Amino acid sequence: MISLLIFMPFLALLILNIPFKDITKKDAFWAVLALSALQAGISLFPNASFWDSASDVIGNFFKLNLAIDSLSIVLLFCIGTVTFITALVAKHFITDQKRLFNFTSLLLVILAGMNGIVMTRDIFSLYVFIEIAAIASFILIAMNKDIDAIEGAFKYLILSAIATTMMLSSIALILLMVGDTDLSVISYAMKTSERAPIIMAAIGLFICGLFIKGGLVPFHGWLPDAYSSASAPASVLLAGIVTKTVGIYTLMRIMISAFGFDNTVKTILMLVGTVSIVFGALAAIGQADFKRMLAYSSISQVGYIVLGLGCGTGLAIAGAAFHLFNHAMFKSLLFVNSASVELETKTRDMNKMTGFGQKMPVAAFTSAVATLSASGIPPLAGFWSKLIIVMALWAAGHYAYAAIAVLASVITLAYFLSMQRRVFFGKLSGELKDIRETAGGLVLSASILAAITIGAGVFFPFMLNVFILPIANMIGR
Amino acid sequence: MKLNFVILIALVLFSLWTVMTRSLIRSAIGLALTSAILTIAMFRLNSPIAAVFELSVCAGLISVLFVSTISLTHPETREEAMQHMKDRLTRFWYLPVIVIVAVVILSAMRMNLHFNLPTPDAEKDVQSVMWNLRQLDLFGQIIVLLTGVFGVVILLKEAKKK
Repeated sequence: MISLLIFMPFLALLILNIPFKDITKKDAFWAVLALSALQAGISLFPNASFWDSASDVIGNFFKLNLAIDSLSIVLLFCIGTVTFITALVAKHFITDQKRLFNFTSLLLVILAGMNGIVMTRDIFSLYVFIEIAAIASFILIAMNKDIDAIEGAFKYLILSAIATTMMLSSIALILLMVGDTDLSVISYAMKTSERAPIIMAAIGLFICGLFIKGGLVPFHGWLPDAYSSASAPASVLLAGIVTKTVGIYTLMRIMISAFGFDNTVKTILMLVGTVSIVFGALAAIGQADFKRMLAYSSISQVGYIVLGLGCGTGLAIAGAAFHLFNHAMFKSLLFVNSASVELETKTRDMNKMTGFGQKMPVAAFTSAVATLSASGIPPLAGFWSKLIIVMALWAAGHYAYAAIAVLASVITLAYFLSMQRRVFFGKLSGELKDIRETAGGLVLSASILAAITIGAGVFFPFMLNVFILPIANMIGR
Repeated sequence: MKLNFVILIALVLFSLWTVMTRSLIRSAIGLALTSAILTIAMFRLNSPIAAVFELSVCAGLISVLFVSTISLTHPETREEAMQHMKDRLTRFWYLPVIVIVAVVILSAMRMNLHFNLPTPDAEKDVQSVMWNLRQLDLFGQIIVLLTGVFGVVILLKEAKKK
């Protein structure tokens, strides 16, 4: 019944917009919570009959090219969890019922779009679902009324339009050369066709578009503005999962299912990944704005995922997928905490913050969990994913890349500890003595994400057997 | 072949106009025109589905979203706009030069890109492709268009409130 993951959010959106007497605008919030929680819950059981595409009546009736594998299930869990958290944060931040309804309606659209990206096995359908997620994200950023948000949304839209043009041109070329857009057919044509160089050029164009969507260096210009200017719940969603699914997961899927791991491409991916790791980490050090620092840190962490993918071995790709999962959790957590701090202090300038840990112990603790996980400190989940990537790089003989990955982790630790010291440690200043822990949704969100980050690290053997090794075995190199 | 040249030249000219023009609205319109011409090119490249989506999503929807976003910003005065255009011309003077040089080099190389292309199936016209073979994409496009309409309504309402 996997096609339900696409149809249910859309059906919910339609029902909520029909003016029935018993359906109120508040129900949109509960619909998002229920659908996302169900999705995250069922993803924990990869062997359930729900995932069997043969039993997917709707999908088979409409001849939808949908499929599920270990990588898709990890992503579906991340999408469900981060959407759930975003809805909780939105409930806390958006007090106007009409605006909350608009926001949650867009969340349903993005949920359907991202699930579509994860499950489709056709490059053109992939593009259509990418557009669904991108357009809804653009509106989410622009919904925040200030001029910065409009600038952020505008930059995102311009670069997104360039990426879209690249991807469509690529699809046109593929259709011209292969005559089909199914990923397995493209993969076969890559191996056998005399036109393989042109198909490769077309997929290269598609990948460039994905680099833009994923905010990788040197196409990262839109990302810090979009993340920092969007409203708090929108930045949790964008940073936590949207760019990861739209840009990075799609890149992984294209590489695994269509392109394959050619030596030149591997080198390009590893170079882009390494430059992103180093550039993002160095740029994050110099930031005083809390959300901008997190945005640059995202560029750096995404670099690790691309570096693992570029290595091309089963273990490295499984490590990259696990780091994608970890990044979705700890980065959403950090954005939730930045939202809590911003809500209490009305500023994002870290130079004006000090000693908040005394008044906001949950935010301080969960933030420490997220920063330590991002920096790769054992036994948290981030340690294991980075360890797998570094080990796989070492085993494949990429010693220099492995060394850079380890050294950049030290820089990550430096800027995150600096953030933690500035914001949460030290003595609370007199002007801010009235701040308090933000109650309800934000504390619950931070606690859930921190529990997942700790749990995935402590119960690593479970993660290894149920999620990571199946991905490594699926790639089989 | 001549028509392809005309399409390519128009594509380049409109792209340049999009980058260099002085007002954001004109840039957005330029982008829409570029997308529309790209659509024609895609039709001629035997990619009708890509062409349909390029036309509806890029030329139609994205342009509407652009225009509605721009309508939320303050327009520049005429003097400011002229100054911006001058600045842009000074900054991007090399763009047309690069395009011309690239065209000259590629023509000189006489790139031979003749392949045995898959024969287009006469029955696979846009209509049958959309309704019979690409139902998921059609469903996706309906969501894209609805989301776009939803977004424009929200953004314009916000502008009105302001």
